[in-house]
Amino acid sequence: MMTEPLLQVKEITKLYAANKGCANVSFDLYPGEVLGIVGESGSGKSTLLSCLSARLAPDSGTIQYRNRAGEMLDLYGLSESRQRQLQRTEWGIVHQHARDGLRMGVSGGANIGERLMATGERHYGNLRATAEQWMSDVELDTDRIDDKPTTYSGGMQQRLQIARNLVTHPRLVFMDEPTGGLDVSVQARLLDLLRRLVTELNLAVVIVTHDLAVARLLAQRLIVMRRGEVVETGLTDQVLDDPQHAYTQLLVSSVLTP
Amino acid sequence: MTSSPVRAGYNFAYLDEQTKRMIRRALLKAVAIPGYQVPFGGREMPMPYGWGTGGMQVTAAVIGHDDCLKVIDQGADDTTNAVSIRSFFRDLTGVDTTEETEAATLIQTRHRIPEKPLHEGQILIYQVPIPEPLRFIEPSEVETRKMHALEDYGVMHIKLYEDIAQFGHIATAYAYPVQVNGRYVMDPSPIPKFDNPKMDNSPALQLFGAGREKRIYAIPPYTEVRSLDFEDHPFEVQRWEASCAICGSESSFLDEVVMDDQGNHEFICSDTDYCRTRLAQQEERA
Amino acid sequence: MYVAVKGGEKAIRSAHELLARRRRGRQDVPELEVSQVEEQLSLAVDRVMTEGSVYDRELAALAIKQAAGDLVEAIFLLRAYRTTLNRFYSSEPIDTDAMEVERRISATYKDLPGGQVLGPTFDYTHRLLDFALLAEGEVEASNTEAVEARVDEAMARVSQLLEREGLMVNEADSGAEPADITREPPTYPCDRSARMQALVRGDEGFLLALGYSTQRGYGRNHPFAGEIRIGEVGVSIVPEELGFEVEIGAIQVSECEMVNGFTRLEGGEVKFTRGYGLGFGQCERKVMAMALVDRALQAAEYDEEIKSPAQQEEFVLSHCDNVEAAGFVSHLKLPHYVDFQSELELIRRIRTADAADNEEDRS
Repeated sequence: MMTEPLLQVKEITKLYAANKGCANVSFDLYPGEVLGIVGESGSGKSTLLSCLSARLAPDSGTIQYRNRAGEMLDLYGLSESRQRQLQRTEWGIVHQHARDGLRMGVSGGANIGERLMATGERHYGNLRATAEQWMSDVELDTDRIDDKPTTYSGGMQQRLQIARNLVTHPRLVFMDEPTGGLDVSVQARLLDLLRRLVTELNLAVVIVTHDLAVARLLAQRLIVMRRGEVVETGLTDQVLDDPQHAYTQLLVSSVLTP
Repeated sequence: MTSSPVRAGYNFAYLDEQTKRMIRRALLKAVAIPGYQVPFGGREMPMPYGWGTGGMQVTAAVIGHDDCLKVIDQGADDTTNAVSIRSFFRDLTGVDTTEETEAATLIQTRHRIPEKPLHEGQILIYQVPIPEPLRFIEPSEVETRKMHALEDYGVMHIKLYEDIAQFGHIATAYAYPVQVNGRYVMDPSPIPKFDNPKMDNSPALQLFGAGREKRIYAIPPYTEVRSLDFEDHPFEVQRWEASCAICGSESSFLDEVVMDDQGNHEFICSDTDYCRTRLAQQEERA
Repeated sequence: MYVAVKGGEKAIRSAHELLARRRRGRQDVPELEVSQVEEQLSLAVDRVMTEGSVYDRELAALAIKQAAGDLVEAIFLLRAYRTTLNRFYSSEPIDTDAMEVERRISATYKDLPGGQVLGPTFDYTHRLLDFALLAEGEVEASNTEAVEARVDEAMARVSQLLEREGLMVNEADSGAEPADITREPPTYPCDRSARMQALVRGDEGFLLALGYSTQRGYGRNHPFAGEIRIGEVGVSIVPEELGFEVEIGAIQVSECEMVNGFTRLEGGEVKFTRGYGLGFGQCERKVMAMALVDRALQAAEYDEEIKSPAQQEEFVLSHCDNVEAAGFVSHLKLPHYVDFQSELELIRRIRTADAADNEEDRS
C-alpha cells in the first residue's frame, strides 16, 4: 500500500528577486514514484531541487520526509548533521555535471565505496566486491575500477555518479538534468539504464529537466514551472498530450515529437 | 633551588604570563575534548615556524622551576634542533635538563615517542606541522572543521582504500591518522606509525602544539587511541630485517645510516637514550 | 604637479633629484660603498644575482645601492643591464657533484658519507635582536678553524643512492639543447628546462608562497629535503676554435634536491619522485621553494589531479617573474585619462537613461 507519502512539500518559497527562484510550490511524492519538474532554464526548477534535497533553506514553507523508520521529519528542523546523514544514506543526488558529484582525484572504486565507508563499512574486500557489482550494474567495465574518473568519458562519469549514489540503496533520488551535456546516443543509453534501475530498485525520484523527451520516458507525473511558479501539474501523458496552460502548450509544441 | 638565573631582560620561559595563561586555557579545553583542535593565539617565537614553535609555546606554558626537561628530535637528544631548543629553555628558565626518558617530567619531541614506556605524571609535548588530518584530501579549513563537527570521516578511509588499491598496502608510514576516544580523528604529528600504539592508553599526558597553524590538541592519560584501518587490512607497524648496529636492539625504531658512496648502510636506534641505556646494561652484565 | 602634463619634463627631473637625495640620506652619515654592500649584505647580493640572471657580485651590489635597498628594483636594474651584454659562449653544464662544499645537509639520513655540514646558516640561531651590532662593535675575530674546516670525505649524493637502489625515478641528461626563455618566449606546456629557467628567475616570495601552499594541502607532494648543498663549482666553456674544455672561473651556487612522495610509474614500478632547485650564491629558501614548485609542476607527468595553483604551469610561470609583475602592477600609475574618460562617459549615459526610466515609471 502506498498510502503514506514519502515527501510532503507545502508552499515552498525561495526567491532571490521577483520571479527569480521558486514560489508556493506544494506536492506529495509517494514511494517508487518518479516526478518530473520541467520548464526552461531560469524557471526555478533547480532552486526547487536544492530546497527539496536540504541544500538550500527556503524562505518559507515546509518539507517533510518519512524516513526508513517511518518517522515524519521536518527537513529544515533537522540539524545539519542529520541532513547530511540523510543525504548519504536514504537519498541520492545526481548532478548535471559529473564532476560536481564525483571525487575526481580518486579512483572509480573509491568513488563508489565512499558512502559505504562514511556509514561504517570497514572491510576492504567487501567494498571492492560491492564496487565491482555496481560497476557492472551501471554497465561500466570493472577493469576500470582503479582508474580515476578523469580518464572516463562523459557518459561513463555519469554512470559512475549514479552507482556512487545508489550504493547505499537510497529510497529517494534527486536528479538535476542527468543527461544534459551528453551526446544523443549516450543520452539514450543512460535513459534506458535509469529507467531500468528506477523500476528494479523501486526508487522515488525527483528529476529536473528541460527536455520533455526525458520527462516522458522517466516521469509518471509532471510539474511545469515558469518564472518560479507552478503553472500546471498532472500525469505525464495528460500534461504532454493535452496541455492546459498556454505556456505548457508552447513548451510541448516547441519539441519535435518522434 | 638549584635553578640558575634566567637570561636578563626576559620572562621565565620567554613568554609573558598573560600569554602563558591563554595557552593554558587552550590546553585545558584540549584535554577536556580529546583530539579536538583548539584554536589559540599563537605567538611569534625566536625560531622559525615549522621548527617547533608550537611545541615550544606549549612547553613554555607548562614548564615550572621544578621540572626536568628532555628534548628530542627524530628520537635523538643530540640532533641540532633538539640541542637548540634545549639550550633555549635552559637559558630562559634555568631548569634542569636530562637525556634520560624516565628522569624527565617534560619531554618535547619532534617525530618520535621514546622507546621506554612513559609513566604517570610525565607530559609529552609534540611539535606539529599540520594538525589537520583531513588536510590532504580537503585543503579548506572551513570544510574540515565542518567535517569534524559532523563526524563526516568517510574521506579518511578513501585514502586508505586508494592506498590498498594502488600499492596493496596502506601506504601511510608516518603521520598515520588515529581516532581518539571514539570521536575525533587526529593527526598524531609526523611520528612513524611504529609509535602509534604507544599513544593508546598512555599513562602520560600528551599535548600537541602547532604554532604556524595556531592549534593545540591533547590526549589525556589513559585514553583510547585507535589507528584507522580496514578489518581485512589491519593496522601494522614497521619491522626491520636488521638490528641496531650499536646495541643490537631488534624491537626499536631504526634509522638507516649510509656508510659509503656505494650506498651500503647500517641501522642504528633512532632513540639515543634507549640505545645508550641498553649498551650500559650490556656492559654491566659483561 | 602630476597633472601639469606639459610641465612633465621638469617634474620628472625634480623627482629624480629628490630620489637621489633620499637615497643618499643624511650627509653626516658616511656614504655606503658598493664593496660594503657586496661584503656585508651578501645574501641580498645573492638574491639579486639569481633573479637578475647575472653572476656578478659587484654589479648586483651596485644595483642594490642604486635601488636604495629595494631588491625587486635592483633585480630590474641588473636585468636591464644584462640585455645590453653580448653573448660570447654558452658554458658547459656545471657539475655540482664536484662542488667545493661549504654547507651540505640531508633531512633524510641521520648520517651519510661526507656527513652533515652546517656551514654558515641562520638555522638554529635564536632570533633575538643582537644589540651588540647596534653598538657598532666588531665581532671578535672569527675562529678560523671553524671557517676553514673542509670535509675531505667524498660526498655521496642522496639522489644517486636512491637511484642506484631503484627507489627514485631516474633523471639523466637528455643531451637536448636547453631552452632559453630570454631569447625564445615560453610556450605552454613547456619544456622542463624552460620551466627551470623561469623558476630560477622567478620571485622568491611568490615561489615560497606557492611551495608553502603545496605543504598545506593545495597540491601536496610529500617532500623530504633529500640534500641541500652550497659551495663553489667550476664553470667551463668549449671554444669552437680549440675544441676542448677550458675552465674560466668558479661560481657559488645553492642546490636543493627534494625527495617527493612515491607513485606507481607507467611501467608498474613504485618509485619516489623528485623536485630540483638551483640558484646563485647562498639562496637556500629560494632553491627549496623552487624544488617544491618544480615537483608540483610535474603533476601532469604523474597523472595527478591538477587543481591547485602550484600545479598549474601556465599560471605559475607566467606570473613568477617579479620584473614583469612589478612592471605591470606599477603601470597602473601611468595616466589612463583616455580610457577612464570613456568609462565616465558611459556610466553617465547609463545613469541618465535609468533616471529617465524611473521618471517615466512614476508618471
